[in-house]
Amino acid sequence: MVPALKLVVQRVALGLLLLFLVSVLIFAGTQILPGDVAQSILGQSATPEALANLRAELGLNEPAVTRYLDWLFGALQGDLGTALTNGASISESLGRRLGNTMFLAFWAAVVAVPLAIFLGLLAVRYRDRWPDKLISGVTLASISIPEFLIGYVLMYFVGVKLGLAPSVAMINDTMSLGQKLHAIALPVAVLTLVVLAHMMRMTRAAILNVMQSAYIETAELKGLSMFTIIWRHAFPNSIAPIVNVVMLNLAYLVVGVVVVEVVFTYPGMGQYLVDHVSKRDVPVVQACGLVFAAVYIGLNMIADIVSILSNPRLRHPK
Amino acid sequence: MKNQIDYLKLRAALGHISRREFMGRMGALGVSAALANTMLAGAVRAAGPQKGGTIRVGIQGGGSGDSLDPALAANATATMVSQMWGETLVELKEGGGLEGRVAESWSSTPDAKTWTFKIRSGVTFSNGKTVTAEDVLATLERHSGEDTKSGALGLLRDITGMRAEGDSFVMELNQPNADLPYLMADYHLIIQPNGGKDDPTAGIGTGPYVVKSAEPGVRFVFEKYPDHWDSNRGHASTVEMIVINDDTARMAALQSGQVDMVNRVPPRTAALVDRAPNITVNSKSGPGHYVFIMHCDTAPFDNNDVRMALKYGINRQEMVDKILFGYGSVGNDTPINASYPLFTDFEQREYDPDKAAHHWKKSGATDPILLRTSDNSFPGAPDAAALFQQSCAQAGIPVEIKREPNDGYWSEVWNAQPFCTSYWGGRPTQDQMFTTAYLSTADWNDTRFNNETFDQLLLAARAELDEAKRTQMYSDMSTIVRDEGGLICPMFNDFVDALSDRVAGYVQGGPGYELMNFFAPVKMWVAA
Repeated sequence: MVPALKLVVQRVALGLLLLFLVSVLIFAGTQILPGDVAQSILGQSATPEALANLRAELGLNEPAVTRYLDWLFGALQGDLGTALTNGASISESLGRRLGNTMFLAFWAAVVAVPLAIFLGLLAVRYRDRWPDKLISGVTLASISIPEFLIGYVLMYFVGVKLGLAPSVAMINDTMSLGQKLHAIALPVAVLTLVVLAHMMRMTRAAILNVMQSAYIETAELKGLSMFTIIWRHAFPNSIAPIVNVVMLNLAYLVVGVVVVEVVFTYPGMGQYLVDHVSKRDVPVVQACGLVFAAVYIGLNMIADIVSILSNPRLRHPK
Repeated sequence: MKNQIDYLKLRAALGHISRREFMGRMGALGVSAALANTMLAGAVRAAGPQKGGTIRVGIQGGGSGDSLDPALAANATATMVSQMWGETLVELKEGGGLEGRVAESWSSTPDAKTWTFKIRSGVTFSNGKTVTAEDVLATLERHSGEDTKSGALGLLRDITGMRAEGDSFVMELNQPNADLPYLMADYHLIIQPNGGKDDPTAGIGTGPYVVKSAEPGVRFVFEKYPDHWDSNRGHASTVEMIVINDDTARMAALQSGQVDMVNRVPPRTAALVDRAPNITVNSKSGPGHYVFIMHCDTAPFDNNDVRMALKYGINRQEMVDKILFGYGSVGNDTPINASYPLFTDFEQREYDPDKAAHHWKKSGATDPILLRTSDNSFPGAPDAAALFQQSCAQAGIPVEIKREPNDGYWSEVWNAQPFCTSYWGGRPTQDQMFTTAYLSTADWNDTRFNNETFDQLLLAARAELDEAKRTQMYSDMSTIVRDEGGLICPMFNDFVDALSDRVAGYVQGGPGYELMNFFAPVKMWVAA
């Protein structure tokens, strides 16, 4: 297990370096944008005096490098600072938003991952026959339509016409779990439709690849049923690519849901980020960027490690 | 039949039958839809406000960066939120004029330089403390102080002294201002305990509601403040405000019954929303206008013939029809319209390619005019720019359009580039509008307008307490801006609200902004 441990340490160190680079990039990006946060807060109604007062209070007169280093030292000590726009603690608001996004991503994953893998297995079982073609057709169609459009379509038919689920996915602390799940039914459905195809097709391809092997033929000759062969022999050997694609999609569920959150007015990270980007609120944008990058890097790292551990040849290199 | 109609009116007013059902039954009795609608509105008002229940508002214009500090309110949500928990000294009254809130009455010395506001007795903040003149003084100090960030600072520049005298609050100005009480209706100037100097974001004021939960950019919940002094406000026991910035999501929330009222119905879909059952779309004209602004001191716009050519080269009615989808009215190259208190009508400028071509030739200009625009300068601005380009082309005036990014438009293009599209929300009085953007020394003189006669008239009108004379002065000033200014004002946009039948008490028209100047949740009630 020593090589594996070494690998983990290496990956974590690389991940941290990446995170640091990401923070530099994000900071540089927000500096290039026209206008500053004082101007964005005051909008069209900015007078020179009010602008000057606000800039001084927000510390915008400091050079950019000083502001970046101040922030970096704070972040290293776990202090993400306060939002420039309303003075609220970022860690606190971010925590609640991240919790909401995770809640949505978790339930979308609970629905989508088993469904995708099951559909993948089913497609292999009925390869090139109508169930396979139907599954492929439907999932490909759902991934090809932009998610906001799927959102609007579901909102109109399920939310407005049938009245089955609320079109505004607003959750708060006073709601029970059942109420919360009812509230997020539509965004979960949209996210499931979006990530389904990718995972399902990867599962199908990976398993089909393994199915060409000699040991599968042996299993067939032994007289095992098709589904047992897939589940007991083919699936464990194709776990690596499947985990990879599942992790990529989980990362998407956390960092890529901005549009879905905005469409359904869901109080998650995506909306929080969009609001603050338009206000040029650099500390918040940096914090969000860092969290997103950390999620992405972390999940990819897990995928790497799992695929190595699942493969005896990689687990015990010569 | 009369009895049947009365019976149905009562049932509908009490919410026992829906508006749609009422309209249907009226139709069966041979009553026209328009008449039935009027009858219903009258019946609902006559039935009087119902107490209790929850009003849910879906509102556009709010972000997670918003603060509860009224001094920083800069969007629809922040404005509505502070009017839930707080009140200003005075408010714009439905049907014109002012109505006292924290101030019971007000008066001035004959020179309009010293103003006294008598504070209403028995008004309490939601922390139980009684409002005093000192609180008012502290509030105004906070908004006009040296290091303030208040959006109202620009209104308070002329104040030289303020003091509390017993139950009165006195302001002294360095120049006369007959409109001063109107300035006190500004939505930033919410009276707070000790002026909010201790904690501006406490959300404690004299309004009919108290803040129960505040998640900026997401959701606000308010509960009735039982000791509010005015029983005509705050009928619902709870008000829930959900920020829904996406237009489609907001309309869907209203149609699926998740909210009872929304602001800013997109004009493009307003007619469709109105057709939905149990939903009424209301529009009212306001002082907001979409503009094309030229810098009068920059070539080629320093030539009045170029300005006149462009003013004759715009088709105002076409803009109202195609950009506002009819939810608006034509402008007349002045920022003033009938929504202002001392307005007089004057000759409407029409699209006239011949006159435009005449002025264009006379000016001697030949280079194409560069017009900058962006999506956020006003809804449909790039389309409006294209229409303008077409109508100018017919007069032989070449216009080039440059599409600018939304990001930084207000800092890099507006008030910086010589010709661009823009938006003005308007002001409650002529004096404020002209002072904000047309006085030669104004910070936001975005047309670089410098006219001595105009400036003198503006100062003279401030000191003029005779209304007829002031009306004439404002009319003259509008004429000067119209014929010499750098403003092309093709249209005034309507505020378009949509409401469900679950709530009642909506008042058509009225002053200020959308949703009854943001007072709809405070003044309306749950009908069903």
